[in-house]
Amino acid sequence: MSLERADVEKIAHLARLAVSETELEEVARDLSNILALVEQMGIADTRGVAPLAHPLHMAQRLRPDAVSEGDQREKFQSIAPLIEAGLYLVPKVIE
Amino acid sequence: MQGNAMSLHERTIAELGAGLRRGELSSVELVGHFLARIERLDPGLNAFITLTAEQALRDAAAADERIRAGDPGPLVGIPIVHKDIFCTDGVRTSCGSRMLDSFAAPYDATVVARLKAAGAVMLGKANMDEFAMGSSSETSWYGPVRNPWDLQRVPGGSSGGSAAAVAARLAVAATGTDTGGSIRQPAALTGITGLKPTYGRVSRYGMIAFASSLDQGGPMARSAADVAAVLRVIAGFDPRDSTSAEEPVPDYTAALAEDIRGLRVGLPREYFEGGLTAPVARSIEAAIQELRRLAAEPVEISLPNAPLSVPAYYVVAPAECSSNLARFDGVRFGHRCADPRDLEDLYKRSRAEGFGAEVKRRILIGTYALSAGYYNAYYLKAQQIRHLISDDFRRAFERVDLIAGPTSPTTAFGLGEKVDDPVTMYLNDIYTIAANLAGLPAISVPAPMADGLPVGLQLIGDYFGESRLLNAAHRLQQVTDWHRAVPPMAA
Repeated sequence: MSLERADVEKIAHLARLAVSETELEEVARDLSNILALVEQMGIADTRGVAPLAHPLHMAQRLRPDAVSEGDQREKFQSIAPLIEAGLYLVPKVIE
Repeated sequence: MQGNAMSLHERTIAELGAGLRRGELSSVELVGHFLARIERLDPGLNAFITLTAEQALRDAAAADERIRAGDPGPLVGIPIVHKDIFCTDGVRTSCGSRMLDSFAAPYDATVVARLKAAGAVMLGKANMDEFAMGSSSETSWYGPVRNPWDLQRVPGGSSGGSAAAVAARLAVAATGTDTGGSIRQPAALTGITGLKPTYGRVSRYGMIAFASSLDQGGPMARSAADVAAVLRVIAGFDPRDSTSAEEPVPDYTAALAEDIRGLRVGLPREYFEGGLTAPVARSIEAAIQELRRLAAEPVEISLPNAPLSVPAYYVVAPAECSSNLARFDGVRFGHRCADPRDLEDLYKRSRAEGFGAEVKRRILIGTYALSAGYYNAYYLKAQQIRHLISDDFRRAFERVDLIAGPTSPTTAFGLGEKVDDPVTMYLNDIYTIAANLAGLPAISVPAPMADGLPVGLQLIGDYFGESRLLNAAHRLQQVTDWHRAVPPMAA
């Protein structure tokens, strides 16, 4: 599968990643090379093989639905790029 | 106590611990010794992103108090370094990325907290490939790490700063993480011992996620005995990691000396193909010959699907990466672009400026593989192959106790040699990735040097079989001196 510039633009949008006009060509080539490697998977006969999502066959652990962490809002917001009155600020999203 | 052989930085954890408890040296003195070495040698290596010298000296003084009060802990007062992927409360945790250049973590990773509680003293945070994506430690925002054996070569990656620091005797031990070989390959290329534990053995809490079903933290040190001492502290169940295994932690140190007579060592045919270079092959043969002398029994085996591990990995790992790295959006922490036009521009430019080329490539590949219409062809297929690979190992472990082969097909390559060719770089991990896909423990131990450069012998064990791996590695290190080789710049 060889990717075109338009494919890269679409994927980059899905990934919320700005890719400049000048980079598109090179990124398309790199991604196509990686996909060529990945497509070697095609030689394996996987009919009837169950997908393995996790290496250990463990059941998902459950815990009581109880508060376990204290309020650390100030500490967590001290590393935020922009806050005001305890809120994270972003550009206006509703006119 | 004069001479090179008895230099503080050449001693094992057990020797240092004994010296500390006998009052022959203090942790403050020991930490000072390593800080002086870092100041002298690290400018040439770039193994550290952040040095925490003042805190280290305070922690060393506290460790000395504990020792005076009779604390018998084997790591009390021992200087270590953490890969900069582990969150450290109040200390920059960059993950080798511009994205997190200003990120002082608000909490300690479980691995960090456990080593702190055990009295180990952190000297600083080690350089690494950005977000642990790489096999050469060249993709860091803070510049490449250099190999102590040859400053024009890479130390491997992604835990290259940890490996270079241990190999150059700038720390007694280090933590690393291994998603596709990132502990074992740099250990091999710098001549140290590095263990990737069984998936779930060591908590991932506070370890910045790359590919969550593959990531596993582990120790790196100069010997299997030192690795065992660190693993004993960091292994074990953690309720804060939902995939942490509820398995008892054995006394790895106590198991080191066991006899390995009759140990069945599987030699997978596929691990002696696939671009394995002749000097590395000769070195691995010599190491296996030594295992044979210890009365281990080599058994020829096959892992027929192992060659598919690289293609399958470059679907699974990028897919999980694209999902994990979605959290870096410039809103709550991390890099934010200047003057965003709107929210979408804020996301897109913050991420474009914060991430380097390799991280972007993997996010894009992962996004593509998971996008509508491609899921079955890529992600589902890769998960099926993962099952086949896991079954290969299961069958092999019905016949053998552990599996041996090379860690990496080549010795350390030149800086800049592969960094612009992603696919060539990926093939470095051809022998390490399968253990991650199956979730098995694996260790890299020094084999004889080839052309003046280190070579790693890889041993892969069955689930939760770290004891046996460390035991075999230790017995090998008792009868050989390959792990004692010192890079000239560090002598």
